[in-house]
Amino acid sequence: MMRALRLSLLMLARDWRAGELRILFVALVIAVGAVSGVGFFTDRIEVALAQQASHLIGADLVLRADHAPDAQFAEQARRMGLQTELILTFPSMVSHGEASQLAEIKAVGAAYPLRGRLRIGSSMAGAGKIPQPGSAWADERLMAQFGLKIGDRIEAGKLSFVVTAVLLEEPDRSGDFFHIAPRLLINRADVAATGLIQEGSRVAYRLLLAGDEKALAAFRKWVGTHLGRGEKLEGLAEARPDVRTALERSQRYLGLAALMSVVLAGVAVALAVRRFAARHLDICAVMRCLGASQNFIVQIFLWQFFCLGLVASMAGVAVGFASHAVLAQWLATLVSAPLPPPSWMPAVIGVATGLALLFGFAIPPLLRLRQVPTLRVLRRELGLPGGKGLLGFLLPMGLLGAGVVYQAGVMLGLMVLGLLVVAALLATASGMVLSRVTKHLQAATSASWRYGVANIGRRPANNAAQITAFGIAGMALLALTIVRGDLMDSWLAKISPQAPNRFVINIQSDQLAPMQTFFREKNFAAPTFFPMVRGRLVAINEKPVAPADYAEERAQHLVEREFNLSWATLPQQGNQLVAGRWWDASVAGKKLLSVEQGIAEALNIHVGDTLTYDIAGARVTAQVTNLRKVEWDSFRVNFFVVASPSVLENFPASYITSFYLPTGESALTNELVRRFPNLTVIDVAAVVDQIRGLLDKAAYAMEFVFLFMLAAGLTVLYAAIAVSSDERVYETAVWRTLGATRKQVLLSAFAEFAAIGLLAGSIAAL
Amino acid sequence: MNEVPKNPILLASGLTKQVSVGAERITILDGVELAIAAGEAVAILGASGSGKSTLLGLLAGLDTPTAGKVSIDGVDIFALDEDGRAALRGRMIGFVFQSFQLLPNLTAIENVMLPLELAGTANPRQEASAVMNRVGLSARLKHYPNQLSGGEQQRVAIARAFATHPLLLMADEPTGNLDTATGAHVIDLLFELNRERGTTLLLVSHDESLAQRCGRRLVLSDGRLQS
Repeated sequence: MMRALRLSLLMLARDWRAGELRILFVALVIAVGAVSGVGFFTDRIEVALAQQASHLIGADLVLRADHAPDAQFAEQARRMGLQTELILTFPSMVSHGEASQLAEIKAVGAAYPLRGRLRIGSSMAGAGKIPQPGSAWADERLMAQFGLKIGDRIEAGKLSFVVTAVLLEEPDRSGDFFHIAPRLLINRADVAATGLIQEGSRVAYRLLLAGDEKALAAFRKWVGTHLGRGEKLEGLAEARPDVRTALERSQRYLGLAALMSVVLAGVAVALAVRRFAARHLDICAVMRCLGASQNFIVQIFLWQFFCLGLVASMAGVAVGFASHAVLAQWLATLVSAPLPPPSWMPAVIGVATGLALLFGFAIPPLLRLRQVPTLRVLRRELGLPGGKGLLGFLLPMGLLGAGVVYQAGVMLGLMVLGLLVVAALLATASGMVLSRVTKHLQAATSASWRYGVANIGRRPANNAAQITAFGIAGMALLALTIVRGDLMDSWLAKISPQAPNRFVINIQSDQLAPMQTFFREKNFAAPTFFPMVRGRLVAINEKPVAPADYAEERAQHLVEREFNLSWATLPQQGNQLVAGRWWDASVAGKKLLSVEQGIAEALNIHVGDTLTYDIAGARVTAQVTNLRKVEWDSFRVNFFVVASPSVLENFPASYITSFYLPTGESALTNELVRRFPNLTVIDVAAVVDQIRGLLDKAAYAMEFVFLFMLAAGLTVLYAAIAVSSDERVYETAVWRTLGATRKQVLLSAFAEFAAIGLLAGSIAAL
Repeated sequence: MNEVPKNPILLASGLTKQVSVGAERITILDGVELAIAAGEAVAILGASGSGKSTLLGLLAGLDTPTAGKVSIDGVDIFALDEDGRAALRGRMIGFVFQSFQLLPNLTAIENVMLPLELAGTANPRQEASAVMNRVGLSARLKHYPNQLSGGEQQRVAIARAFATHPLLLMADEPTGNLDTATGAHVIDLLFELNRERGTTLLLVSHDESLAQRCGRRLVLSDGRLQS
């Protein structure tokens, strides 16, 4: 074995010097570079996402409870090295002078928030990081409603607070969009003195937790067995599904692009190995003649490829790391905190990909090399025994295909694969047809053209392979360009600069017309109002449902809580029916429901099922006629369950709408709230900006990964040309000897490549 | 029928090779009998297409016969498998081909080192440069085959053939690709080395003058050897 290794290293050096391995090397570097670069980048995006999401919940992990959580939770968390902070939120009437108003009081301690930060507007000197005992921070709405100034007093329960700051932003404000009254932030030390918390008070307790990933995971695990009734652990994944969806999409695209680079590199490797094998037939025959055993020869080549693969893969990882650094630079502008370094996993995966790619494509032809007839040393014309050797490529190609489907999702993956297979088949078929046709064309043209075109006829298999390689490469590039365009367009459409950034809730039916007038007066398009009725799911197909019926936490949660139900005659813009059909006039008066696909799956609801809701004590039953797909990252108002008008129209409803408010026009919301004091306006501009920022970065990342694909495509082309160049060089020499001019030779080569290129190009474009 | 020498280093009996071309069976070799004693120099002559190369391929175990036996140094080579025959070749046989068969991506010295490396020789480079020196190419060690003249290439091939000290040297039209003067030089070298090392030489050629230098001349015609 040592002998084989030593000799293979020698041959590696010699083959390298002779330029035999450059295509292989470049193809591998590109593939590994793409995979590991995207891997490193994705790794860091995960971290960035985690940080962003944690800013959105004010912690890494939140233990929610509807009662004071047992002290053991905080103790255990601290023992595990986590930071903790308990905050309480409860609704209460607050007053200023004669006026009073329902407010959402939040009581926090010194460490709040564990992630993200509070932002305040005008404030008293020494307002501190959080309200000092005896003082309170009121949000803009409360300030406006009471006409408060800094330094004024506000009463809550038995205590009177000095308002020391205007509260502009809390990191964990976006948790629940609905039923939010104006905010009053106080110090937790004051809670008891207000006397507001008594038996039966509606207090939400949240134990904020923050720390490193290991400790968090450990706590998650520990807490799993200790949660009691009304206690729930909420992490990053549960926090912001919209941000997550956007990022997952971009990651999936990046992964797909990287994988396509691998597919292309695979084609290049296959072609290069083919050439390598063809050029090593003599070496094998001579070595057999000089006494080498078949296994020894295979060993030599395997070692040689292993060393080459290892070095190329490591070079690829280096390229990947460098390219990810460029990507991370862009990302860094988005994330405030310094990013922890990426893990080593992408490097390991990169090297594994490189070796798997090389061996997947190299082993079949290398194993065939052992069958080289030794007699070739006496009779040059003896080549490898029959067999196209194409079967050997099916396995690695199949595995790569599975990878594509895994990365891109079944639909997109199969589509991309299908296109590739069709391109390959078309290319092979048309290559063969071309060979036939050219045989008939030869008589009619000049010598150069005739010779060039005749070449196609004389090397049908080789040219079919070339056309296929060109075709697949072009196809993959085009397909990905199209996919990229689609993805970017749909994102940009959804998160266009005009995407809604304000939600208005709690609108009463008699305010709809005045509000429309209000928006018109301000030269804003009148927003669309969606009715909203709150109800709790109590039965499916008349069978009562309880949280305990479901294993999944999400499903339990969905059954436990009240839903916002809406009704409509037409499906909402951007929603897509995935089962059943929408109701039309013919079924007017029937009680029908449209359910969002995700919760239908979670709760095991199908078209045709009947759902019973408890709405303010009354029971309503209706039948599910369709399931919808909702794009939650669109920032439009969306509902899990939409009913036909007859189901809900007799229940008292409030309305919700969303609109786009350009920056710097916050006067409009202030006026809106003054005119309609009961409204709650929720500002999601910051969140929208964050997501748009992320997508912009993702777009850059895509452009970048696309470069890898392009490089891989070029390598394929180069490899395909190199495969036939050996033969071409010899033929050209013979031709020149027979008196052909340089021009004639070039013209002939041009004719051949033009025909092949034209064909491959048209197949790719198809 | 030739007289069978005592303890022949190479012995072929009833060696037959038939191939199918379409529906037709063509007999190339028809029961060839051959015995070569150690140290002998034997030339096999024959017209183009008489089956000389086929015979050489069978005698070296590069190909398998339709019928018949070949023993080298008492070993029945067709009782061995492919790898066994390869190992035997590595140990006992050196080759010189008409088309040199140097590996194009190896330098001259590396080509000579190759069989030594395959045999696991301790100092392949040292031994290879010694034999390169013997064939007068010590100034050409690091040249690639395409940087060498035809005669130089064949001298490298001869160096490679003698590097492992084979018992038997098989040469297939060694001057076939060389001009007369160069060919004569190469042949001189071949016979010198053959004498120095006491190697048994089996030479296949259609060149009568070359054959004259061998101790024994056999002619292959109609698939049989005649002296």
